[in-house]
Amino acid sequence: MISLPDPKPDVMARRDAIVAGLRAAVSDEEGVIADPIRLKPYETDGLSAYRQMPLAVVLPETTEEVAAVMRFCHANGVRVVPRGAGTSLSGGALPLADAVVVGLMRMNQILDVNYPDRCATVQAGVTNIGITNAVADDGFFYAPDPSSQLACMIGGNVNMNSGGAHCLKYGVTANNLLGLKIVTVDGEILDIGGEYLDAAGYDWLGLLTGSEGQLALVTEVVVRILRSPEGARAMLVAFSSNEVAGACVDSIISSGIIPVALEFMDRPAIHACEAFAHAGYPLDAEAMLIIEVEGSVAEQDDLLARLSDICNRHDPISLKVSQSAEESLAIWKGRKGAFGAIGRISPDYLCMDGTIPTSQLPLVLRRIQEMSDSYGLKVANIFHAGDGNLHPLIMFDANDPASFQKAEHFGADILRLCVDVGGCLTGEHGVGVEKRDLMPYQFAEHELEQQRRIKSAFDPGWLLNPSKVFPLQAAAQSMPRAA
Amino acid sequence: MTPTAPAARGIIPTPAEAAIAAQVVAAREPLHVRGAGSKAGMLRPVQAAGTVSAAGLSGIGLYAPKELIISALAGTPLHEIETALAAHGQHLIAEPPDLSGLLGTAPNTQTIGGVVATNLSGPRRVAWGATRDHLMGVRAVTGRGEVIHSGGRVLKNVTGLDLCKLFAGSHGTLGVLTEATMKVLPAPEDTGTIAVPGLDAAAAVTVLSAALGSPYGVSGAAWLPAGTPLSPDGSLTLIRIEDFAKSVSYRTGKLRAELGYPKADILDGVASRALWRGVRDVRALTVADGDAVWRVSTRPSAGPGVLAAVPGASGFLDWGGGLIWLTGPATQATHRAVEAAARAARGVWTLMRAPDSLRNTVDVVPPEPAPLAAIARRVKAALDPRGILNPGRIYAGF
Repeated sequence: MISLPDPKPDVMARRDAIVAGLRAAVSDEEGVIADPIRLKPYETDGLSAYRQMPLAVVLPETTEEVAAVMRFCHANGVRVVPRGAGTSLSGGALPLADAVVVGLMRMNQILDVNYPDRCATVQAGVTNIGITNAVADDGFFYAPDPSSQLACMIGGNVNMNSGGAHCLKYGVTANNLLGLKIVTVDGEILDIGGEYLDAAGYDWLGLLTGSEGQLALVTEVVVRILRSPEGARAMLVAFSSNEVAGACVDSIISSGIIPVALEFMDRPAIHACEAFAHAGYPLDAEAMLIIEVEGSVAEQDDLLARLSDICNRHDPISLKVSQSAEESLAIWKGRKGAFGAIGRISPDYLCMDGTIPTSQLPLVLRRIQEMSDSYGLKVANIFHAGDGNLHPLIMFDANDPASFQKAEHFGADILRLCVDVGGCLTGEHGVGVEKRDLMPYQFAEHELEQQRRIKSAFDPGWLLNPSKVFPLQAAAQSMPRAA
Repeated sequence: MTPTAPAARGIIPTPAEAAIAAQVVAAREPLHVRGAGSKAGMLRPVQAAGTVSAAGLSGIGLYAPKELIISALAGTPLHEIETALAAHGQHLIAEPPDLSGLLGTAPNTQTIGGVVATNLSGPRRVAWGATRDHLMGVRAVTGRGEVIHSGGRVLKNVTGLDLCKLFAGSHGTLGVLTEATMKVLPAPEDTGTIAVPGLDAAAAVTVLSAALGSPYGVSGAAWLPAGTPLSPDGSLTLIRIEDFAKSVSYRTGKLRAELGYPKADILDGVASRALWRGVRDVRALTVADGDAVWRVSTRPSAGPGVLAAVPGASGFLDWGGGLIWLTGPATQATHRAVEAAARAARGVWTLMRAPDSLRNTVDVVPPEPAPLAAIARRVKAALDPRGILNPGRIYAGF
């Protein structure tokens, strides 16, 4: 289990005064929650094994209210946990007992859509899919598409630099942003970037993206919107081993074709998804690829024919090219329902998120299987094959503490393996609390100290999203003595 | 995640990094951080007693075409990297420009470190992202004389603060880059360009917006006024498609008709590549001796207004109208007019070239608002507490 710091007694003792101060900072008294029953939904996020009731929750409706909340918290030495939809799989929005959760979900307005300049300005609490929905009738979309896109909010996407199945072509959140409105720890409102590309001076936009709430609160986002392609179609190819499927991925990338998506599922994942979604997945396969291309119908035909040629050179067990939008949807249905499918066969699961060089894929999958055998816990592998971003889903039973502990150890072993083969601890979910204590495996202490100094440049008192990202003991040394 | 403490990972400085670190630690006066110096004419001159250079660190350390990744020491000449990539049919996605013609330096000398440190990108940036978007990993020597890394050699990585982005475009003020790792992509099989003649800037940007808002994957969108070295016979509105040959032919034909210019020329691959290389390297600008050059970035629809707003200046548009290259007299008055035009368009300016007298006395990029300037000073101090790396290069005073 990850340890959380002891709450500060002086802050706990001032709880009533803090709640009163928050009520004065926002216009709607209902926007401050202190009643334990109403606080309950905020005690966890997508990493639901960890729970902690916050001191209070505040739900501001404007950037100015966020600034007023931050001025109050800063003046009173109160720690702050920013929260969007709470879908973080790494515990990025996990509360602390002495911290105020600042929920941005009431800031859910699309402020401007600018088609000539291909951008939209939205508040942080707009859902990821909400942006695409607002522009879809005009043929546009917002590209990053994390699995949680129906629920997750753009402010959270910015803080975690979220990816998705289509980032092989379209990039991650950081590649699709133009500007931010932020509130600093002491309540200053700042515009970062705008409706233009490549700010002069330091790349604050890039530094803030993926900073996991360590540097500032994000209240508005200017995103790039793209015109949708003429069409898209998927194909499904099944192989007799992970090695062969991996070799096929290599051949595809070497061919000069960059599919818009290239997803890999191993045997346990295929079986779980098929049982859940009845997508027609090949149950005799050890590994399966979903490949998607874009363009006119003729272009799709041409690319799918080239891809079929490549795949056929790797002796697939089966190969199915979708002939229609409906068939493509069916192919995606199993993959998109993967988390639900695993949930159906196991009471609980941990979703890992390491990235590896794709050449290491067969080795890594073999090692994961060995670990699965030795821990006695099942694992299903689903990942973005083109960019090497793994999502092993480790199945366990949260009612059994020993099972949970084993699952955590198993997960940590996988992530260390990712680092060992030249990859990293997290490709798109963030460090949060989940991977915090593994950071010294990827970074030397002086490198973490350098990152903490940059955190301190934005947040000298270490009030923003504490106990995440940086291992606690060393982080304590970066914090000011008086705080 | 686990109570079993992992062994700490070290980052082992190479001998060359250790030598740079020793030089930084020993320095008692500011150091001019540079690669080949091909872009030293940008921004403000550095007043420094010594020079620390990564130019001697040269060589491609890792190139994995199947993993779309290349890693090179910071002093590796860019053309060496481009040649290695071309041998495998790949390219640098952001199409970094060679500004030697504009800045009066020797061609083909710029290094990968210099490209990263200036975050310069070419016409493809409008569709496929900037150099910073494809920077997957860096190693650098900080002003503390420590060797650090950020990112790595994989395509998706959100582990820790993204210092790659912070180093990209920091012009050597935060550290001495020693290695850069870039995502690369297959180079397109073919290139085609729709060239619409005779439009003024405003009409051109309307067409470019329609093209960039089309489903055909436009990867270049520029407007050249009449009489530039690239458009001697009249203005040109240029729309580029890069893809498989069949798609280029289909898409250029379809898009040309949809834009309402069914008779516009379509330039083939050879002509297209030559023309876009010219746009990339700013060869559409004729710069008189002693004149200044600015780059303004704004929302595309504001580009024509910026072009028209600076008396005595001339220029052209890239990035669909959002990137305005301007040249004009190197005077305070002209610089102030560029600043005002950029501000009015809610965009930003960069002074790319000027006599030192102007570079030393104006804001070469927009000053940050006070709270952000305070953060910037603290970030600079976090990496370079003694303020010895390229002081004043971006912001006066630090």
